Amino acid sequence: MASHVPEFKKTGIIGVNELRNMGLIPPDDRLRRGPVVIVECPEEIPCNICVDACPFGAITMENINAVPKIDWDKCIGCGVCVPKCPGLALFVVDLSKPDKAYVTVPHEFIPVPKKGDEVILLNRVGERVGKGRVVKAWEFNKTWSITIEVPKELAMEVRAIWVEK
Amino acid sequence: MEVEAYEGESIAAALYAIGINVFTRSIKLNRPRGAFCMIGKCSSCFMKIDGIPNSRTCIEPVREGIKVEVQEGLADIPLQDSQFEAEDEEVLEDVDVLVVGGGPAGLAATLAMAKYGLNIVLVNEHFKLGGQLVKQTHKFFGSKELFGGLRGFQIGEHFAKKVREYSNVRILLQTTAYGIFRGGWVGLMSKKKLYRVKPRYIIAATGASERYLTFPGNDLPGVMGAGGAQTLMNEYGILPGDEILVVGSGNVGVIVSYQLLQAGAKVKAIVEIMPYYGAWFVHAAKIRRYGVPILTRHTIKAAWGNEKVEGATIVEVDEKFQPIPGSEKDISCDLVLLAIGLEPDTRLFAQAGAIMRWIPELGGLVPLRTPYLETSVPGMYIAGDASGIEEATTAMIEGEIAGLDIVVREKNVREALERRDKLYNFLWNEYRTAPVVARAREGKLKATVSIEEMEKLRKNYPSPVFNPRVSPEQLV
Repeated sequence: MASHVPEFKKTGIIGVNELRNMGLIPPDDRLRRGPVVIVECPEEIPCNICVDACPFGAITMENINAVPKIDWDKCIGCGVCVPKCPGLALFVVDLSKPDKAYVTVPHEFIPVPKKGDEVILLNRVGERVGKGRVVKAWEFNKTWSITIEVPKELAMEVRAIWVEK
Repeated sequence: MEVEAYEGESIAAALYAIGINVFTRSIKLNRPRGAFCMIGKCSSCFMKIDGIPNSRTCIEPVREGIKVEVQEGLADIPLQDSQFEAEDEEVLEDVDVLVVGGGPAGLAATLAMAKYGLNIVLVNEHFKLGGQLVKQTHKFFGSKELFGGLRGFQIGEHFAKKVREYSNVRILLQTTAYGIFRGGWVGLMSKKKLYRVKPRYIIAATGASERYLTFPGNDLPGVMGAGGAQTLMNEYGILPGDEILVVGSGNVGVIVSYQLLQAGAKVKAIVEIMPYYGAWFVHAAKIRRYGVPILTRHTIKAAWGNEKVEGATIVEVDEKFQPIPGSEKDISCDLVLLAIGLEPDTRLFAQAGAIMRWIPELGGLVPLRTPYLETSVPGMYIAGDASGIEEATTAMIEGEIAGLDIVVREKNVREALERRDKLYNFLWNEYRTAPVVARAREGKLKATVSIEEMEKLRKNYPSPVFNPRVSPEQLV
């Protein structure tokens, strides 16, 4: 069995290339156009909450276990899905601005940062890769959706924030 | 000494909150005993409560003036029979269904039947309804119809509120179904009262308990079930430890690790003996993002400390899961959480003489059952983790299927039949087809026999509940 186990099942982290191969990374021109969802949900699990969460019908699934399929033209990157995903596996990335990128991550820790706060940026392995400023924060059923301004090169790396107590 | 506690807290939680983590001492060697399961399944938190020995402090709520004592050695038999008076016995009449267990499966079963007017008695050992839903602070998966997206405790609250709306449901909290007797009588026991009931059906949704692991120091206070830690922090708001080693990387281990981080603890590492972690990817990714390492091919070698855990030694294992000498590492920690799986609590079924089978994929010994979850004891159904370890969503589905099957048999309601079959189809042909639950599905398949097959089995191995005298010739 072990030989068939994909790398992400050994490490708990998924690389951008693995995501791209699974069709979970939008094409470059879509990424440049404006905010768009990044679905880091590569495993077939019985869950379809995101399908109902999206107000634009941009996420579909063949059955409850399928990996989500995203219609990049329907997704406007609104981020409504981000705090609704039980797996905290949805993010929004905005690469449309010239100098900075914006990343929206789910956040379930206290303290909750406010707009304007500076927070620590974490990558998929929990390394502190820099600092960023919060531009938007809102909550759904106790999960916060936090949008931060980050250096452009970190847009595909930052997947969580940490706020020093 | 006098101790303050919050209303609605268990005694064990209230003691833990003020720094008392030794609840009792082992009878022979006088070794300290700390809490382990926190849900009334083990014997680690036994104390003498108001003179009654061997009381589980984890499922006993605090009260003004309650007297709690440490037991020294084997307890004395309580001298005065002050617990029970003659009038404290009751025969429950005209009970259609006895539901044992107020967790997701038992509550879903009760709700499914209550609206069709069946008279139901719901017994629950804990003083709160909801089972383990009460400590699930994470959002559930599944679909919107299955409460996906809601947090576990919110689902528990929803169910508990709903069942209280029915006058045909009698809820007995802090009550144990202690045995099944000839002719289908069931004995129920609370602290204050004994009940006898002869229900027409039983649904036992008795849940599961956490598995134990053998290693030196495993009995030190501070070696706890992962679910026990979850009870302390999520139900009672008490941080179970500051620096934690988690053993086992299934969903339970990984979810509890995330919740420990949320509560402000440091999770030093999760050790996993297999070459890959067991949780769903999204759960593992959540803790990796906050820097928690998952050490695959590692296990715990020992826990050490004076009177409580002060650290643990972990070790790498080879392909045959044997420790690799020289690879030991010491980790300083004050809590070691065991998250190595659960074991179905099927004692009522075994006692009732149900035909049981050892199914490793389901966590151990479980009764065989028909597709609609009736066991070989006629009229006795099973649902939820007791029927084989899965999770709360499938427990709710199983509970509802069992409840609806009884409605179909008793009331012949078409709507109930259609709903039962729809759920059954969804459970087997959709939900359980996910690769991540393949092992549990395999186990449930092994435990399920057709109604015709069950009839044959019943003839060969009749339940002693309804066949008190079995002649040797009958046993073919």
